[in-house]
Amino acid sequence: MSQDTATRVLEVEGLRRAFGGLVAVNDLGFAVGQGEIMGLLGPNGSGKTTALNLISGVLRSDAGTIRLMGQNIAGLASYRIARLGLARTFQLVRVLDGMDCRENIKAGLAFQKPHVPAAEAEVRIDALLDRVGLAGHDRRPAADLTYIDRKRLELARALAAKPRLLLLDEWLAGLNPSELTVGIELIRSLKADGITIVLVEHVMSAVRALCDRCIVMSSGRKIAEGATADVLSDAAVVKAYLGGVAADA
Amino acid sequence: MSAKTAGLGVGALAALVLLAFVPRLGNAYYLALAISLLQYTVLATAWGMFSGPTRYVSLATTAFFGVGAYTVAVLGEILPWPLVLLIAAALGAIVAAIVGLSTLRLSGVYFVIFTFGLTELIRQLVVWFEVNKSRVLGRYVFVDITQADIYWQLLGLTAAVFLLGWLIARSRLGFALRVIGEDETVATHCGINTTFAKVALFTISATVMTLVGAIMAPRWTYIEPSIAFNSMISFQVLIMALLGGAHRLWGPVLGAVPLTLLFELLSARFPNTFTIILGCIFLLIVYMLPRGVAGLFEKLSTTPGGKTTERVAA
Ligand SMILES: Nc1ncnc2c1ncn2[C@@H]1O[C@H](COP(=O)(O)OP(=O)(O)OP(=O)(O)O)[C@@H](O)[C@H]1O
Ligand SMILES: [Mg+2]
Repeated sequence: MSQDTATRVLEVEGLRRAFGGLVAVNDLGFAVGQGEIMGLLGPNGSGKTTALNLISGVLRSDAGTIRLMGQNIAGLASYRIARLGLARTFQLVRVLDGMDCRENIKAGLAFQKPHVPAAEAEVRIDALLDRVGLAGHDRRPAADLTYIDRKRLELARALAAKPRLLLLDEWLAGLNPSELTVGIELIRSLKADGITIVLVEHVMSAVRALCDRCIVMSSGRKIAEGATADVLSDAAVVKAYLGGVAADA
Repeated sequence: MSAKTAGLGVGALAALVLLAFVPRLGNAYYLALAISLLQYTVLATAWGMFSGPTRYVSLATTAFFGVGAYTVAVLGEILPWPLVLLIAAALGAIVAAIVGLSTLRLSGVYFVIFTFGLTELIRQLVVWFEVNKSRVLGRYVFVDITQADIYWQLLGLTAAVFLLGWLIARSRLGFALRVIGEDETVATHCGINTTFAKVALFTISATVMTLVGAIMAPRWTYIEPSIAFNSMISFQVLIMALLGGAHRLWGPVLGAVPLTLLFELLSARFPNTFTIILGCIFLLIVYMLPRGVAGLFEKLSTTPGGKTTERVAA
């Protein structure tokens, strides 16, 4: 994958964030090219979610730059970052329980600039319900959905804004084998649409199937980076994972 | 849906026309009571418009009510009445926007304390200004406004508040506030400027409260800071809105009407123990009806299959 500045959707440099004495993200740097799926791996507590929180503006960084399509977004409010074309899902699924599926997805596109006309919004919502496998559930309250359907709905909401960059935090976790196959196909189809993805994932089969490149974090630092197959066979990576999550889930 | 909306509109209009005849009954006691009912209905509804969807508990009702009342005390004799109301509304909106911008980033508990402190702060500012600058404490309000005029103005404001609430609930701002009420983090990731949405609604709600204070001011012929900035109003409005259910536009009125009647009765019968009784009522409501009367109605009307999820109060 070409790494010219022009094709870089996300570029992170010197990113740091500490919680008291604990440095959760330490001098993190990487770049993701247009249309690429970048795996962000590492054992529990290595700082993956914190990194996503920094990029999406939930947390403020102590130091470092984050560029989204060339623009520095470090310190920008989350809603501004969202309007610049970044969408995400959460490790602990977050859907709007008091609303139905249709409204949940509508929330994802109703506040984008430029404004999406109502008729187009309806068409887009229908297409998204269909795409994530929730067709016919549009009036169902989100609170009534099963775990997997909540994940689907959350992804549909993230996709509603037509993001340039999508951050997925263990979106495939907790799926059974057949659901996993469907999920992997779905993410692959997003790549085909030209969406750039940062994928935080413990499910190694999914990482192998989807990621063009990976970086591995341990205790907040990047310990490996490269093509997926190379990274997964790296001695330092295997060591970091020992005792943590097994090499395949 | 549209037939239901039309029916609702016709019903509301009919109620409005009927209520407009209350002053014609010629009974001063009933008129005074009706004024109290409308006053608390508007205040509680305005309170719920902001606090319902955002779940921020505000004790600033008195602050805005007082700003309105004092504007009348100062300007009532100098300027034409509509202009006085306009200035009061503008003052309330400005204060609310400043307060909102500086406090709505605070988390829940700090917000409650701040809004309570705000009332005291504004009251002390007014006292300081009156004592040191204008050298009066307490003013006479001589404006040519009858009790019936007060009643009609409040009735108009009531109609306006419900119309406004209904429109907001259908607007993008209303949808944004529902999303914020569900999950503020998700809201920001959907591109919602949560601070703007909250400040906008806080300002709208506060402007209405300020207008109530301004309209009510001529009811007293003499106004001083302790009358205009009576913290009791904040607590009463809070209790009413919670009893009725602040998550619906029509919720607070269900609390405002019975409690205004009750408070009227209690404060006449037990003037000394009134606040204690008020506190007990408050505790009872929070324990027995966490979602208010509106929540109770919803529970009763909920079919076993689906939940009632639509929230009209924005
Ligand atoms: N808001 C916070 N306050 C304090 N410490 C935090 C906070 N968020 C994360 N941490 C700490 O930072 C470290 C990194 O956490 P993070 O959630 O980023 O790890 P992770 O790589 O996503 O782990 P997992 O695979 O379990 O999701 C952990 O030690 C965690 O306890
Ligand atoms: Mg995590």
